[in-house]
Amino acid sequence: MKSEPAVTAAIRVDLQLIADMVTPDTRALDVGCGDGALLAYLVNFKRVDARGMELSQAGVNACVASGLSVIQGDADADLRAYPDAAFDYVILSQTLQATREPREVLRQMLRVGKRAIVSFPNFAHWQVRLRLVFGGRMPQTTSLPYKWYDTPNIHLCSIDDFRALCGDMGVRIERAIVLNSKSRPIHMPPLLANVFGEQAVFMLSRD
Amino acid sequence: MLQDLTDAEQLALAQCRHAVLGVERSLRLDCGVDLGPYRVAYQTYGTLNADKTNAVLICHPLSCDQFVSERHPVTGKEGWWESLVGPDKVLDPARYFIICVNVLGHCMGSTGPLAREPATGQPWNLRFPVVTIGDMVRAQAALLDHLGIPDLFCVIGGSMGGMQVLEWAATYPKRVFSAVPIACAAHHSAQNIAFHEVGRQAIMADPEWKGGDYRLHQTVPARGLAVARMTAHITYLSEQALQRKFGRALQDRNALGFGFDADFQVESYLRHQGSTFVDRFDANSYLYITRAMDYFDLASAHGGVLANAFRRSPTRFCLMSFTSDWLFPTRESREIVHALNAAAANVSFVEVESDKGHDAFLLDEPEMFRTLSGFLKGAAAVRGLKQAA
Repeated sequence: MKSEPAVTAAIRVDLQLIADMVTPDTRALDVGCGDGALLAYLVNFKRVDARGMELSQAGVNACVASGLSVIQGDADADLRAYPDAAFDYVILSQTLQATREPREVLRQMLRVGKRAIVSFPNFAHWQVRLRLVFGGRMPQTTSLPYKWYDTPNIHLCSIDDFRALCGDMGVRIERAIVLNSKSRPIHMPPLLANVFGEQAVFMLSRD
Repeated sequence: MLQDLTDAEQLALAQCRHAVLGVERSLRLDCGVDLGPYRVAYQTYGTLNADKTNAVLICHPLSCDQFVSERHPVTGKEGWWESLVGPDKVLDPARYFIICVNVLGHCMGSTGPLAREPATGQPWNLRFPVVTIGDMVRAQAALLDHLGIPDLFCVIGGSMGGMQVLEWAATYPKRVFSAVPIACAAHHSAQNIAFHEVGRQAIMADPEWKGGDYRLHQTVPARGLAVARMTAHITYLSEQALQRKFGRALQDRNALGFGFDADFQVESYLRHQGSTFVDRFDANSYLYITRAMDYFDLASAHGGVLANAFRRSPTRFCLMSFTSDWLFPTRESREIVHALNAAAANVSFVEVESDKGHDAFLLDEPEMFRTLSGFLKGAAAVRGLKQAA
């Protein structure tokens, strides 16, 4: 197993933050698991009973071929099939903004999992604001690299938007980590974090 | 029991093993009949390890049999899953003890309509009880008991073999460490039943069939069985595959013949498929095996809820489907995946890109082999099976 390319102790910083939030020896579902980097880390370094769901055929095949339990599916359609509280954590990293119904996806995540861990790009980051206000064009940044016409990101939000949605849904925010453009956590009051944070990782639970 | 075998059965049994089961306790079939004694013909590759943890059961599809990875005793052709099973293949006999059992009702040595009814000594023919996928699996489990194999590292099969895999996981969850149902469904669809019915009607419309008693009359309903095979064969291919292979190319001629000979290559191909099938398959067996597939409906056997078939299943599942398979489309595999998710089972699912239709699972599909190899490696690590370097 150790020789498989997906299994490595070095993973993307935001994935590492998510992995750090997961207690060892638990059950987790990673929705939109990509090539399985986080899954493999959770399985190999935290003994997590980890399952994945991924939209892209190439991603699913790579995961299963490296011994991970992954199905082809998407957050909007396939979370419904899982029973209540089937997992300790349901993880959605950098995918919420690409779902058709983010609110419903969040609701399903917190139904299927005892906790939800969500990471997303902050649309109120200062670079985004500058590009839209002064450039007059749809913003393209490192975390939002697409053109307006080919972006999969159809439901972008700011960190404050996300907090407001959690409030609306009566969801408890257990932890919120804001990352700057170098993917380092920053510690600022919410108003500033919403300007200087490029992305955020939230751990949520049902109230 | 070994008397009155057909030539094909004699050749088959000479090249594989068999056991006579159901002597002390007969097998209660789903139709209510107690069958016994009955014979199961099976083939094995590799050696069972000391811990008995490396047994792999391959469940064969309708038109294949227990000769998975060797020259077939009747047809002389190479084994039907030699791409998957053999030295340095995904299922390597150096690592696994591989078993394939000729299913009940078939015609390669296991008891079916060709056999004689113990009570009367007369050939069963159409008086043979209708068997189900569940009956086939229970007979396989009885064989494992007979061989002293407590559980299976993996049960794998495609098409009707996949149905057996699902049945195994549902009926004997503790005996199935991992399950790989490929290109199959949890029930046979109306369209699939319809195609099978065309095949059966073709056999029964053949005057040589004689109400199923053709052996008594020393006839063979060859044309009916050939037409059944031709129909079925079309369902195993995709429109693209047929187009790519044959298009409108003519067979041994430069112009249309203005008659009903096999003008087109595709006709000639189908006729060949039909006529060679007759040499290795029994018409009555074809009726019985297609019926078993038609009757398969795993959800209905579990209160109408498919997930109930897999509640608390400890088995690791890996499902595979193929993009161009219209006989068992991806949708039907996904239905099983959803049920497994609902049961919180451990499941992987891959849809393999292929234009080869349903038959893709029998062909050289590197993506399928890669997936399977990775899945088995992961399962073996959890099971503590030693891997070859």
